Amino acid sequence: MANTLLNQIVNIINAAVLAGVPLLLGTTGEIITEKSGHLNLGVEGLMYIGAAFGFAAGYYTNSEALALICAFLGGVLGSVLYAFLTVTLRANQNVTGLTLTVFGAGFANYIGDALINSTASKAVSLSAEVKAAFNPVSIPGLSALPIAGKLLFQYNMFVYLAVAIAILTGLYLNRTRTGLNLRAIGENAAAADAMGVRVTQYKYINIMLGGGICALGGAYIAIVTCGGTWIYNCVSGQGWIAVALVIFAGWSPYRALMGSLVFGGLSVIRFYLPGGYVPPAMLSMLPFVVTCVVLVVTSVRSARGGNQPAACGVNYYREER
Amino acid sequence: MRNYSIRMAQRESMSPLRAAGLRVLALVLALMTGGLFIRLIGFPPLTIYAGMLRGVFGTAISVRETIKLAAPLCVTALGLAVAFRMRYWNIGGEGQMCVGAIAATYFALYHQNLFGAVWPRWLLLVVMALAAIIAGALWGLIPAWFNARHGTNETLFTLMLNYVAMYIIQYLREGPWKNPRDMGYPKIAMFPIDAQLPKVLGVHAGWIIALALVVIVSLYIRYTKQGFELAVVGANPNTARYAGMPVRRVILRTAAISAALCALAGMIKASGADRTLTDGVAGGIGFTAITVSWLANLSPPAIAVVAFLFGVLEKGAGYVQSTYRISASAAGVLQGVILFFVLGSEFFTRYRIIIGRESAYGEHSA
Repeated sequence: MANTLLNQIVNIINAAVLAGVPLLLGTTGEIITEKSGHLNLGVEGLMYIGAAFGFAAGYYTNSEALALICAFLGGVLGSVLYAFLTVTLRANQNVTGLTLTVFGAGFANYIGDALINSTASKAVSLSAEVKAAFNPVSIPGLSALPIAGKLLFQYNMFVYLAVAIAILTGLYLNRTRTGLNLRAIGENAAAADAMGVRVTQYKYINIMLGGGICALGGAYIAIVTCGGTWIYNCVSGQGWIAVALVIFAGWSPYRALMGSLVFGGLSVIRFYLPGGYVPPAMLSMLPFVVTCVVLVVTSVRSARGGNQPAACGVNYYREER
Repeated sequence: MRNYSIRMAQRESMSPLRAAGLRVLALVLALMTGGLFIRLIGFPPLTIYAGMLRGVFGTAISVRETIKLAAPLCVTALGLAVAFRMRYWNIGGEGQMCVGAIAATYFALYHQNLFGAVWPRWLLLVVMALAAIIAGALWGLIPAWFNARHGTNETLFTLMLNYVAMYIIQYLREGPWKNPRDMGYPKIAMFPIDAQLPKVLGVHAGWIIALALVVIVSLYIRYTKQGFELAVVGANPNTARYAGMPVRRVILRTAAISAALCALAGMIKASGADRTLTDGVAGGIGFTAITVSWLANLSPPAIAVVAFLFGVLEKGAGYVQSTYRISASAAGVLQGVILFFVLGSEFFTRYRIIIGRESAYGEHSA
């Protein structure tokens, strides 16, 4: 009895990690973006673009590496649009981000429909070899360990990639000169400018980097979460949860690891609870309700914005000082 | 040495006519870019655009269908514009529509059980609309209260509530409101005829409500004290506080009005178009409305025009989907492109570009 319960818990954590990866990538990407002083509400759209680019590249080239690279580049392209509008043309960040979401969702569903219509069966799937590249790894000696194996060493390589990206982002932001400059821009762009930091260049590069990482999250959804078959509206709100998770994580990629595990767990819990007690719709609602609670709690706790970069959401115009 | 330079300077102001001209120019450029996109995916752009227009204005029925699409969009965009004027980012139009539709549906389906008597149609419809307005206002007050009290991020809060409201409908559909007469896929029953908006000139009365609201909201934001207050709070809360305005109350009131209008749009959609309650009652209207109200520069009359244009876009995209087998998602792409261009064009209303030989220090270096 105790053994089955333990197994069940291990299974839930395993599933939570798998479900948390797109959230982790989206959160990490958005943290980098916000550290440059730009609140990009287009994470959902960037994920859609990444899903479409990654899926289409995997479908046509049969290469998992190209799928990931194309997804990343798709995100870079999408966020260049955002950066051009908000950094150079100083458009409203909220509206620009929302537009990116509308555009990205339309674009991805468009590409998906086109792929589906190009086949006779009206369903598109990636080839078995691309899918196999995202099978759980098998590390000799480790993956077979009784509990630790399932908890730590049996994920697909995308999971490890995401964790590595989050940790590297943490190091980049907190331990490098470039990261320090970036944080300075997010806090006070005018001061950074006076210090000799190339504000515009930093903003562009980091918004693009962040956008690319968000898009990888979308590729994960299309390739792993959806099992390599294109599903209409596949991202369905996960990008938005990622934006909220940034606040939950207090703009720290390390805490984002924890946050995405929790929210990954919330989104899979409905498959593990015995049926009949709670209506399924209520369980699907859970991650969104908890996000609201988190928003409220963090705002009550830190009346003055907490760790949010002080200049986040405000466009910088040098001549306006 | 000659010093060629490109620099930017802020403009004092731009005449409304020129500003409008700039927007039209942005729209034309966006349509050209959209055409390029259509070209790239292997269709002749002009034929597709012409097809869209034919799909909208080809028959009287299709025009009515377009107005039917535009009416709830217009009402939702009006609601959002009220909040946006206060710089309160209500992204929850989608969920507020759902909540309004839920409240209206309760009376549509269960009014016979209340007070026993037979309700005249006008009374039922008025009660449905009021229920939607009240439910929407209360729903909108949840994030607004936390925003006013604790500075909770309203953008994300209202957004999350969209999903919550959508799943409430799913819960009702699968549980308490499941139509017992439907076998298989759970559905909510159709509204009785008395709970459906009557038709005026062939289209449900939603369009009249929308036009009336355009006038009312215009007057509200332009000529009332409350309309002035919300604009000041939006521009600078400290100024508002210094002037003695009750900032928190203004935030709560404005957010409630905004959500109530969106909820009314949900009632119009459910009662006029769908004639039942489904998970798709909002169907992205709440998001499209954000685009509409921003494109219209938050001005109610312009919102009516842009909402109609977006109705054309949506209906046209649906038509070319069936005729040319282009995915209707292309409408989303086109909407995005249009808004990208308009957002970009706004730069030129605020700044001018100076390309000239003289440097900032004059001609001395020559």
